[in-house]
Amino acid sequence: MKIVIIKYNAGNIQSVLFALERIGVYATVTANHEEIASADKVIFPGVGEANSAMNSLKENNLNYVIQSLKQPVLGICVGMQLLCKYSEENNTECLGIFNEPVKKFNSDIFKVPQIGWNNIYDLQSPLLNGIDENSYCYFVHSYYVPLNKHAIATANYVQPYAAAICKNNFYGVQFHAEKSAHVGEQILKNFIQL
Amino acid sequence: MLTKRIIPCLDIKDGRTVKGTNFVDLRDAGDPVELGAFYAEQGADELVFLDITATVEKRKTLHELVKRIARYVNIPFTVGGGVSSIEDAGVLLNSGADKVSINTAAYKNSQLIADLANEFGNQFVVLAIDTKQEDDGEWYVYLNGGRTKTATKCFDWAKYAVNLGAGEILLTSMNNDGTKKGFAIDITKQLSENLAVPVIASGGGGTMEHFVDVFNNGKADAALAASIFHFKEIAIRDLKRYLYNKQIEVRI
Repeated sequence: MKIVIIKYNAGNIQSVLFALERIGVYATVTANHEEIASADKVIFPGVGEANSAMNSLKENNLNYVIQSLKQPVLGICVGMQLLCKYSEENNTECLGIFNEPVKKFNSDIFKVPQIGWNNIYDLQSPLLNGIDENSYCYFVHSYYVPLNKHAIATANYVQPYAAAICKNNFYGVQFHAEKSAHVGEQILKNFIQL
Repeated sequence: MLTKRIIPCLDIKDGRTVKGTNFVDLRDAGDPVELGAFYAEQGADELVFLDITATVEKRKTLHELVKRIARYVNIPFTVGGGVSSIEDAGVLLNSGADKVSINTAAYKNSQLIADLANEFGNQFVVLAIDTKQEDDGEWYVYLNGGRTKTATKCFDWAKYAVNLGAGEILLTSMNNDGTKKGFAIDITKQLSENLAVPVIASGGGGTMEHFVDVFNNGKADAALAASIFHFKEIAIRDLKRYLYNKQIEVRI
């Protein structure tokens, strides 16, 4: 099986690579269009600011490549957000796979960004097989995807929001599966087995 | 709900943990990777690795070490010690570190905070502050591992740094550090209640009740300790169970 991690200017690719290695999966990091298109599974990681991440994709026409993928794709953190329609973070037009907005946490009480372990619930996808309701995952983010019909997991910070989403072959997790201990490793395993 | 975090801190010198440990069940407690993985299994929420190596070889050793940590440890970790440029931080990030902590270098050149936040996001930038309460009752910032006093008040510096882009504050009270008499509740609370970013309390944790105190009364988002974990005075698993029973939200 060929697993590809999309290479662009967005941070934690090394961590994703290592997390896969821990579950016995060896992935290729590439920005090559044919390699990505011919992979069995595609991981689309992300750390950082949405607008510059989006620009980095566009520079290499990776936006079109991602939009045309038919195999399972997993967006992580900013990767998930970029799969949505639009982000309030520097008014960024995203890939539009999910016709959903990405909004900024707005609260006088809660600290932003959310940093740390939060529980996920209302789990409903093969991606989350074997994961107990209210398992903890590691989140670091200031922007969130509101609950919508594509939500396959919910988390609560300021208000309930989509911790994971799925539409056809596209999956997104807001938390860092690659840093979420055994829970995260199980989710990555599930993705590889989809 | 977002949980309170328990963070063991490992001091590293020439690629090895220092301050010693008495983990008989570890093959090599001096290996930061093995110790880090052990803490992760025990339920630590994050790890902090503080490099105190003073040699010129430092950067390369640290880079290799961070890569090994990222390979074997499945929870987030912060690396600190000698980060004074975008390049230093970039090397650590690309090796798999989730955050860097900066201290003296940030004080001497506060633009570093803004530059790091712009380049890597503010979640990547942990500002470490060593602070000491003087006879006048005020908490002052100290530099160079607590050896150099400044005239800057801790709260002012923290607030300034958060405005520049620091995403978290790692607050160490020099008055409390090493005493095992509890965390500095008042300054932790002042920062945590008045800053929009998480505050990690450090220094003084000696009993499980101290952790309850710093979460409930100090309003800390996370608590860091070193020797009580290294010397098995408190097992992380027991501590988290204790906090859970005290109705404090933790990951167990």
